[in-house]
Amino acid sequence: MTRIKVSVDGVGYHDDVEPRMLLVQYLREVLGKVGTVIGCDTSNCGACTVHLDGRSVKSCNVLAVQADGHEVTTIEGLATGGELHPMQTAFHENHALQCGYCTPGMIMQAVDLLNENPNPSEEEIRVGLEGNLCRCTGYHNIVKAVAAVAAGQGSEAR
Amino acid sequence: MTAVDDRPTTEVGTARLRKEDHRLVTGRTRWTDNIQLPGMLHLAMVRCPLAHARIVSIDTSAAKAADEVVAVMTGEDIKDIQGVNITAWPITEDQKSPNHLPMAIDHVACAGEIVAVVVARSAAEARDAAELVDVEYEELPAVLDLKEAATDAVLAHPDLGTNKSAFWQLDSAAAGTGGDVDEAIAKAREDGIVIEREIRQQRLVPAFMEPRSTVVDPTGEQVVMWSATQIPHILRFCIAATTGLPESKIRVIAPDVGGGFGGKLQSTPEEFVTLAVARTLGRPCKYTETRSETMVSGHHGRDQWQQLTLAAEKDGTVTALKVDLMCDLGAYAALVGGGVPVLGAWMYNSIYKFGAYQFNCTNYFTNKPWVDAYRGAGRPEATYAIERLMDDLAVEVGVDPLEIREKNWITHDEFPFASVAGMTYDSGNYEAATAKAKELFGYDELRAEQQRRRDENDPVQLGIGVSTFTEMCGLAPSRVLGALSYGAGGWESASIRMLSTGTVEVVTGTSPHGQGHETAWSQIVADRLGVPFEDVEVLHGDTQIAPRGLDSYGSRSLVVGGEALVMAADRVIEKAKQHAAYMLEASADDLEFSGGKFTVKGTDKGVTIQEVALATWTGHNLADGFEPTLDGDATYDPVDFSFPHGTHLCAMEVDTETGATRMRSYVAVDDIGTIVNPLIVEGQEHGGIVQGVAQALWEGAEFDDQGTLVTGSFVDYTLPTAADTISFVTDHTVSPSSTNTLGTKGVGEAGTIASTPAVVNAIVDALRPLGVTDILMPCTPERVWKAIQGAGPGAGVTGAAQAHFDEGTSNQDPSAGATEGAAQ
Repeated sequence: MTRIKVSVDGVGYHDDVEPRMLLVQYLREVLGKVGTVIGCDTSNCGACTVHLDGRSVKSCNVLAVQADGHEVTTIEGLATGGELHPMQTAFHENHALQCGYCTPGMIMQAVDLLNENPNPSEEEIRVGLEGNLCRCTGYHNIVKAVAAVAAGQGSEAR
Repeated sequence: MTAVDDRPTTEVGTARLRKEDHRLVTGRTRWTDNIQLPGMLHLAMVRCPLAHARIVSIDTSAAKAADEVVAVMTGEDIKDIQGVNITAWPITEDQKSPNHLPMAIDHVACAGEIVAVVVARSAAEARDAAELVDVEYEELPAVLDLKEAATDAVLAHPDLGTNKSAFWQLDSAAAGTGGDVDEAIAKAREDGIVIEREIRQQRLVPAFMEPRSTVVDPTGEQVVMWSATQIPHILRFCIAATTGLPESKIRVIAPDVGGGFGGKLQSTPEEFVTLAVARTLGRPCKYTETRSETMVSGHHGRDQWQQLTLAAEKDGTVTALKVDLMCDLGAYAALVGGGVPVLGAWMYNSIYKFGAYQFNCTNYFTNKPWVDAYRGAGRPEATYAIERLMDDLAVEVGVDPLEIREKNWITHDEFPFASVAGMTYDSGNYEAATAKAKELFGYDELRAEQQRRRDENDPVQLGIGVSTFTEMCGLAPSRVLGALSYGAGGWESASIRMLSTGTVEVVTGTSPHGQGHETAWSQIVADRLGVPFEDVEVLHGDTQIAPRGLDSYGSRSLVVGGEALVMAADRVIEKAKQHAAYMLEASADDLEFSGGKFTVKGTDKGVTIQEVALATWTGHNLADGFEPTLDGDATYDPVDFSFPHGTHLCAMEVDTETGATRMRSYVAVDDIGTIVNPLIVEGQEHGGIVQGVAQALWEGAEFDDQGTLVTGSFVDYTLPTAADTISFVTDHTVSPSSTNTLGTKGVGEAGTIASTPAVVNAIVDALRPLGVTDILMPCTPERVWKAIQGAGPGAGVTGAAQAHFDEGTSNQDPSAGATEGAAQ
C-alpha cells in the first residue's frame, strides 16, 4: 500500500492504495466518483477521461499513485456554483449525447481541446476527439456542440 | 406548475431538448456498475480459451485458498439452479438447438464460455484468484467456417449429429402472394437478364459503450437483479422459466443502460451465473465484464453468406428474386438468434415490384460466439443485398442506378401495397424522398464531376452510391409472432397516473437505453392530456414499477409503446370527463376536452384536468359509484407493421493508387411518418448511419484458425472515431403510418439499414471502369487496392456481372475475397 494525497474536484483526500490501482479505479471504487466510467481495457475509448492538473488524461492509463500531489477534475467537478460548464450546456442543447456513457469523457476531452485550441476547424475538432469513442451519435452533434462552444454560442443556441 | 404561455401548440413535432441529459452531462448516473450494496461480493469468470473442448477436471483449491476469496464455483456446483440461456424463437418445429448452460459443465462449444466463477471481496482480488483455477481440457476439433459447417465434416456439437439448426422458406407461389420464382428465372435466362451474386455479410460486434454488468441482491423477499440490459421484462421471464425461481420472486431493474443496439437484447450467461452465486451465498454480488470479455462473450451480429438470383426483363423490369442464405448462429441458438435472418424474409424484395419471390434460410452452428440481434437484425443484410443487385442491374441495362429503381419501385399512389413477400406496406413516397435527396446531394453535379475525373484519368475517382431502402418495424402483431413460433407477444403496455397535485406519472413497458423515451413520451402525453411537458415524469425499466412490458428493440418502442400511451391517456380523459361533468353539473356528452380543460359546449364554464385530479384524489364529493381514481392502463397490440423508407446518397472518393477511400458527402432523406421529436430523430439517423458505414468500411470480427477472436479489443476491432467520419445532411418526407393513430414509424435502425449499401455502391461505382464489380466488406484500403489490381482496367463489366455461382465461380475478387471472408 502506498499513501497518496490527491485533490479531486476541489476536495483533498488521503488514502492508502495498492500501487497497481488505476486512477479510474481509485475515483470510482475508493471515492465513489462514479460519474467517470470505464468503457474498455485498452485505453482506446476515452470514457474515463478526466483532467490532471488541467490537462486531459485517460484515467485508466494513469496509476492512482501517479496522481499523488496532483489535482484531478472529473465530470462531477466541472460545473461550478450550480452553473453547468458551457460544454455541458452545449452537449445538451445540440443533442450531443444519447445513452450518455461516453459523455463524461467526451466532455472532459472537448474542454481540453478548446483550452488548447480555442478556434478549431471542424477537422481539428474531429482529430482532437479521436481518442474518445461514441457508438450512439455518429459524432455529428458532438462536433456541432464543440463548435458551438468555440463560437461562444454555448448557451444561446436554441 | 410551469407557466405554459410559451408552450408550442403541439408538443409532437417540437425539437424538445432532452429531459434525460442533465444527469448524464454531470455524471449523476446510475449505471449498474455504480451500484454498491452492503457486504457486496465481486465475481470474476474463468473462461475457456479453446473453441471446442471437453472439461476433464477443474482444480479450484488454489483459488479457494487465496486471501479475500469467499467462494469458487463450477458448473457442477450450480447445476441445479443456474437455469438455461433459452432461445425464444424456434423458427421450425424440428429446429435443432443445443442446451445453452450459463456455465459449462462438461462441454465447451466456443472460446469465452464460462467454466468457473471466483467470488471475492473486490473485483481485482477475484480476477487474481481466477488465474489460480486450473482447468484441464480435452481439445476437440472445432468448426469455424460457415461453409465448412454446412458439410458436417466437423461438428460444433457432436451430440446433435449435424451442424444444421433449421431451414426456413418463404415462397410467393406457395403463399399465394406471387408467381413461381424458378419459372420466372428460367424465362429470364431465355429472353431477359439474370444476375447472380454471392455476398458476404461479415460478423460484427455490437460494441455498445457500457460493458455489461449485473448486480444481484438476494436478501429480500424478491431477489433483485440490476442489469445492463435492453429487456428487463423478458429477462425476468427467462429467469423464471428456467431457474426454479417463481416470477413473483424476481425483480429486474435496468437502470441507466449505456447503449445496446441489439447487443443487450439477450439473457446472458453472466446474469444467470451472478444470480446463482448470489442465491447460493445469500449475499449481494456484482459482476462487471472487461471490454475484452464483452468482445468474446456478448453476442455478435450478421455473419451470413447470401446467394442471390435476380431476374428481369431486357428493359430492366424486375420479375423474380431468389434468396439463399447460410447463416452462422455461432455455438448456440441465442435468444432470438435463429430468427434474426428470418426477419430479412420480407425485406429482400424491398420497394420493388417483383412478381415472384423465394427466401430460403439455413442456420448452422459453429464453434464461435453466438450470433443474435444487432441494429437492423436481418433487414440490413437484406437491404444490402438488394441494393447491390439493383446497381448491378442498372449497369446491365445501361442506365443510372436511380432510373432502374424508379422503373421498379412502388409509386406513391399504390399504397397500401401488398408485397410479393406477403406484407402490406402502409404508406410511403419514394419519388418525393428521392427527389429531395437528389437536390440536397447535388446529384447531377456530382455525376458530372465523376465523368470529368474518369475522362481525366484522375488517380482519385469519385463514386456515387444509392440506397433506396425500406424496412419493417413496430414488432409486432402478436398474431404474426405466434404464427412464426416466436415465444412471446408483441404488445406494449402503458399506465398513466394523475397525481393529486396535477403532475403526471407515465409508466411504460419500453426500456430505453439512449433513445430519449422520457422526452418523447412526455411530449405525446402532454399533448394528449393538455398538461405541461415539464409536469410529465416517465418511469421505466423496473419490473416492480413497470410490471408489464416487452422492452425496447426492433424499432418498436414508439410505434407500439407510443400507441399504448395514447390509449392510456384516452382512458384517463374518459374517467376525468365523467367527474368533470359531475363538478360542472352538466352531462358528459355536453363536455369538450381541449388544452387540458373540460368545458361545457357553448359556455365558458370549465375545469382543468388537474382540478379534476385533485377533486378525485380527495374523494370528498364524487358521483355515486365513481371510483376515486383517474389512472389509466392500456396494453396495445399493433394491428400491423409499419414501413419507413428513405433515399440515401453517398459520394466516396477512392484513391486508385493506394485503395484509400474518403467519404465526401452523405445525404439521407428518410420518411418515418409523423416525427415526434426532430432532434431525437436526427440523432438516431446520424448514429445509425455511422454504424452502417462502419460495416462497409471498418468493422469485422476476425478469428484465427484456432477459433480465437483476434479482433478481441478496441485496438483491433476498429470502431469509427470522430476523425473517421463526416457531418451528414438529413431531411425528411412525411407519409404518416396508417397502422397507428400517431402516424409514426420507427427510426432506430433506419440509418444502419440504409447506409451500408450506399457506401459500398459508391466505392464500386467509382471503380467500375477499372473492372471492379465487388469488394468484400469491410472495404479496407488493402481490399480496395487488391480489387483494383485483381480486376485490372480491361476486365469487362458485363462478363463479371453474369458470374454463376452455381457453376462454381463466385464473383468475389479472388485475390481479396474468398479466403479472408471464409476465415471470418
